[in-house]
Amino acid sequence: MKRLLLALSLTLSAAALAPVPVRAGATDSDEERAARWTEIKKTIFGDRAVEANDAAVKIDAPARALDASLVPIGLTLADKDNVKGLYFIIDDNPSPYAAHFTFGPAADPAEIKMRVRVNNYTNVHAVVETKDGKLIESAKFVKASGGCSAPMGMSDEEAMKGMGDMRMKFAGGAQGGQPVEATLMVRHPNFSGMQMNQVTRDYTPARYVDKLDVTHGDQLVFSLAGDISIASNPVINFGIKPEGKGPIKVAATDNQGGRWEHTFQLPAASN
Amino acid sequence: MAVRRPEQRAGERGVSAATRRQALFGGLCLCCLPTLGRAAESFSMDEVAPGIFVRRGPDAEASPENNDAIANIGFIVGRDGVLVTESGGSLADGQWLRAEIGKRTDKPIKYVMLTHVHPDHVFGAAAFKADNPTFVGHAMLRGALDARGEFYRKRLVDILGEERAGTVVYPTMEVKDGAEIDLGDRTLRLTAHGTAHTNCDLSMLDSGSGLLFPADLLFVGRIPSLDGSLIGWLKEIERLKDMGATDAVPGHGPTRVKLAPSLGDLARYLTTLRDETRKAVAADTPIERAVTTVAQGEKDKWALFDTYNGRNVTQAYQELEWE
Repeated sequence: MKRLLLALSLTLSAAALAPVPVRAGATDSDEERAARWTEIKKTIFGDRAVEANDAAVKIDAPARALDASLVPIGLTLADKDNVKGLYFIIDDNPSPYAAHFTFGPAADPAEIKMRVRVNNYTNVHAVVETKDGKLIESAKFVKASGGCSAPMGMSDEEAMKGMGDMRMKFAGGAQGGQPVEATLMVRHPNFSGMQMNQVTRDYTPARYVDKLDVTHGDQLVFSLAGDISIASNPVINFGIKPEGKGPIKVAATDNQGGRWEHTFQLPAASN
Repeated sequence: MAVRRPEQRAGERGVSAATRRQALFGGLCLCCLPTLGRAAESFSMDEVAPGIFVRRGPDAEASPENNDAIANIGFIVGRDGVLVTESGGSLADGQWLRAEIGKRTDKPIKYVMLTHVHPDHVFGAAAFKADNPTFVGHAMLRGALDARGEFYRKRLVDILGEERAGTVVYPTMEVKDGAEIDLGDRTLRLTAHGTAHTNCDLSMLDSGSGLLFPADLLFVGRIPSLDGSLIGWLKEIERLKDMGATDAVPGHGPTRVKLAPSLGDLARYLTTLRDETRKAVAADTPIERAVTTVAQGEKDKWALFDTYNGRNVTQAYQELEWE
């Protein structure tokens, strides 16, 4: 899997040289979209069967994005105790494979939220991998354009400020064995490689968080393999099982060798 | 790349998109050109003070029909020459303004203000190149145009076509804190503001009329669009209040307004946006919910509220969640 992600990521430089025109893809037919998804599926999952079932994973996404460079996505998993991993794919993005979560024993994977870039009118797909190795997909259509190539701020320098800073907020929490809802915020521009600098006649090189590992004590909560489709300053909402001990540790790396680690304390049980 | 179908290669799709646009808009344009011409001429210039002419931009988004002529643009006729207060939203809009100037004065066009990076304020500049004026901008404008100019131009070309869109024009005079321009009978005091509406907002106070030209630091009637810093904008509003002007020519809205109440309305919206977004962040209200709940009490007070408020909340949320 890791090898495959690398292969997809390596194609980024080529994508950067050929930005997709705004609104291309808006007029694709359903058949074209289906063919594209079949092809993506084959690239990511090989010959493994992927069963369609919208009930297994519900995708919350705006039908029309207000801001294509920050599209909030919510994924609700019906059978959270039988989830090994979760894939999120934005079919018509230049690098469609947006995120892959692998959940550990300290995860409560009932709901995951994140913010992504959407470059086109596109189907987005969530694929759940169950503990017994089954793949289940669901889809939603999102209207947005230019999210990957849209300049994010007005200067790259500004966007790099505080890179690697992190915060974590907790809600609900640690009472009567209820899972803790956590929000992880990471300062990082997540340059897509498609944002052009006119002076140098070049693109700001892709620089994005490619891995986030969240652990609770000695147990994994989740490991996220990310790509350029994650919006700048990534924010991830997830659930933690309360029974673990020790601090929450986050280790992040980016594709240019950046490494950051932060430790957070779960709020103490109030009962 | 591995998952891209051959027929989806960017270049080819670009060509097919252009063909589609020609088929739709190009075909339309042949029969609608006279209408478009009349539409442009139906714009009128208000003489907001002696020798100061401003055209009101409609509260609309850029469209093939309006040439992106949506901002308040105009000019000041001074003793020694003309200063263009805003250039227009496209080459076509700038050319219209150039013609309006020609109807009223033969004096040379000496200055063209580039008040900030947004397309509805800078793409008319290309229409003045032949006059060889000084193009005046904030010291941060160059970098902002580097980052966004080409992106904006492509989007404008998508809407208007290559011929009407215009090119990115860079400032030839860069204002860092403040500067003065002397037109002989009047001076214009320029202020380069801190990050507010954008990171490169330039305002101007005319000593002749006493009018303040805050550009898009002041929206009247049309919902403000936030693209810089919410906290910074509220700070710059305080500065504008202290500039000694009673009347202003806003970037959008009526061509001449009373400054204090207009800034009051703007500050009310931005303060509401700030306070309610802060509350949403503190209450862990997710961004997708915040965009539908924050500042809804302002809904009936602004044109284009539904188009921009959600985006403003998105911007504000990103700024305030790191406070």
